[in-house]
Amino acid sequence: MTARRIVVVSAGLSTPSSTRLLADRLGAATAAALDSRGVPAEVEVVELREHARALADALVTGFSTGALRSALDAVAGADAVIAVTPVFTGSYSGLFKTFFDVLEPDALAGRPVLVAATAGSARHTLALDHAMRPLFAHLRALVVPTGVVAAPEDWAGGDLSTRVDRAAAELADLVAGRQPARRTDPFDEPTGFADLLRAG
Amino acid sequence: MQFGVFSVGDVTPDPTTGRTPTEAERIKAMVAIALKAEEVGLDVFATGEHHNPPFVPSSPTTLLGHLAGRTTSLLLSTATTLITTNDPVKIAEDYAMLQHLADGRVDLMLGRGNTGPVYPWFGQDIRDGLALAVQNYALLHRLWREEDVDWQGRFRTPLQGFTSTPRPLDGRPPFVWHASIRSPEIAEQAAYYGDGFFHNNIFWPSSHVRRMVELYRRRFEHHGHGPAAHAIVGLGGQVFMRKNSQDAVREFRPYFDVAPVYGHGPSLEEFMAQTPLTVGSPQQVIDRTLSFRDYAGDYQRQLFLIDHAGLPLTTVLEQLDLLGEEVVPVLRKEFAALRPAGVPEEPPTHPSLVAAGTAAVTR
Repeated sequence: MTARRIVVVSAGLSTPSSTRLLADRLGAATAAALDSRGVPAEVEVVELREHARALADALVTGFSTGALRSALDAVAGADAVIAVTPVFTGSYSGLFKTFFDVLEPDALAGRPVLVAATAGSARHTLALDHAMRPLFAHLRALVVPTGVVAAPEDWAGGDLSTRVDRAAAELADLVAGRQPARRTDPFDEPTGFADLLRAG
Repeated sequence: MQFGVFSVGDVTPDPTTGRTPTEAERIKAMVAIALKAEEVGLDVFATGEHHNPPFVPSSPTTLLGHLAGRTTSLLLSTATTLITTNDPVKIAEDYAMLQHLADGRVDLMLGRGNTGPVYPWFGQDIRDGLALAVQNYALLHRLWREEDVDWQGRFRTPLQGFTSTPRPLDGRPPFVWHASIRSPEIAEQAAYYGDGFFHNNIFWPSSHVRRMVELYRRRFEHHGHGPAAHAIVGLGGQVFMRKNSQDAVREFRPYFDVAPVYGHGPSLEEFMAQTPLTVGSPQQVIDRTLSFRDYAGDYQRQLFLIDHAGLPLTTVLEQLDLLGEEVVPVLRKEFAALRPAGVPEEPPTHPSLVAAGTAAVTR
C-alpha cells in the first residue's frame, strides 16, 4: 500500500519550541493511529522559521524558489496537514498566515487538516475556533472536529495527550477512508481550446 | 533571430538623485530609445500599454505611428496590447492602420493586464480576464481575415455585416504573440492559432518559464502547425551592463533595491540566481542569454528590458550601445550556429507572410 504523507507545519519561533513539541506529538500520534488502521504513513515537518526571509521575499516577488518551494509543494501534495501556530496577539502568528497566503489558493481544497496552537494563557483557547478554523474554511480544507490548544498548564499534565490522541484518531479516520492524494497538473493536462472558447 | 528592447513606460524617480522625469520627458525618452535601438542595429522596439499612473504609454499605436515615420527598418511591436479591456474592433482598426503607415513593420503581443481596477474603467471585470482574452481574440482574428462579419458574444455589442477598415496590408494580418507569465490557458491559445508565444522571463524562475514554453510547443504540434521545435517563441530578459562587472553591480544596485515589482525583497545576488536578471559585463550577458535556449529551446525573438526603475536616459542609451556593439552581434552568430536546420530563424514578418501566400492567412 502507498504510504500516506502527513505534513506538519510548525510556526514556532524559539528553539526548542513548545509549538514544535506539540506539532511532533500530533505527527507521531497521527502516524500511530494510521498504523493501527493498517495504513503506512510518512511524516514530514515544515519549520516555518527556516523560511521566514523567503516568505517575505515571496510576498514581494510573487514567486517562491528553493527550500520554500519544496515546503509548499510538500503541503500541496500531502494526504493530510497538521497546522500548528503559536497564538500571537489573539490569533495565528504573521509567519503562519504568510505561509498559507503564499500557498496556491486551491492547494488544500478537500484536504484533511488538523489545527492546533500553543498559547501563553488558556484564555487564548478560542483563537483556534475564531481564527484558525475560518482560515481553513476559506481554503476549503476538511478540518477535523477536535482542535488542540496547549496552554502552560497543559504541559504540567492533565488531558493534553487525550486530546492529541483524539484529534489524531479523527485525522487518521479521514485519511484512511480516502484514496491517496493525486494532484492534477495544468501543464500536463491543459484545458483544450474548444473548452476555453465554450467557457467564454 | 530578432533582438530588441521592450519598455514598460514607467515614470519612476531616479533613486540616486530623487528626480522624477515628467511625462513629456518619459514619452520622448521612449522615442529616443526606439530610435537608438534602430541606430545600433537592433530589430524590434515594443511598448507596453497601461492606463494608470505611474505609466505613460496608454496609446501604443500613437507612439508606434510616430516611430514608423522616424525609422526605416525597426519592427514596431507591443508588450503587451491589452486584449481584455480594449475593444477587439478598435485593435483590428488601429493596428491595421499602423501596418499601412509602417509598410508592414508591425506585429503585436497580446496580454491580459493584471491590475483589477483598470478593467471596470473599460467596462470589464478582471474575473473575466481569461474569457475576455479568448473571446476578444477570436473576434479580432476574424475581423482581420473576413469581411461582412456577423458576430455575437458576451463582452461587446453584436456586429452585423461589419468590415473593419483599413483591411490588413496586402491582406496579411500582423503576426500575433500571446504573452502570459503563468496561465497555461494562454499558451494553449497561442498554440491553437499557431501564433507566437512570449514569456516575459523577468519576474519568474526559469524552471517555470520552461514549463510554459514546453506546454506551448507540445500543443502547437498537437494543433497541427508543425513540430514542437518549430513553434515561434519569444523571451524577455533584464540586463544591466558595464565593461567591468563590478561597476555594473555597484551602479545598478540602488535601482534594483527599490525597483517597482521586486524591490525591497530579495538581494540583487539572490534575484540574479533565481531569475534571468543579469547584471555584469557584456560577456556575462552573452553567456546568460545563450543559456535561455537550455530551457526554452531554439527561439526566435529576444527582447531586453533596460529602461525601468528610474534609470536615466543617458544610461539607457549607453546600454543600447553595449547591446548593439558587443552583445547582439555575438548572440546572432552563436544562436545561428546552435540552431538546427528547419527551425525558423525568425518569427513570421510581413514580407515572409506575403511570400508564403494565402496559405498563411487562412486556417
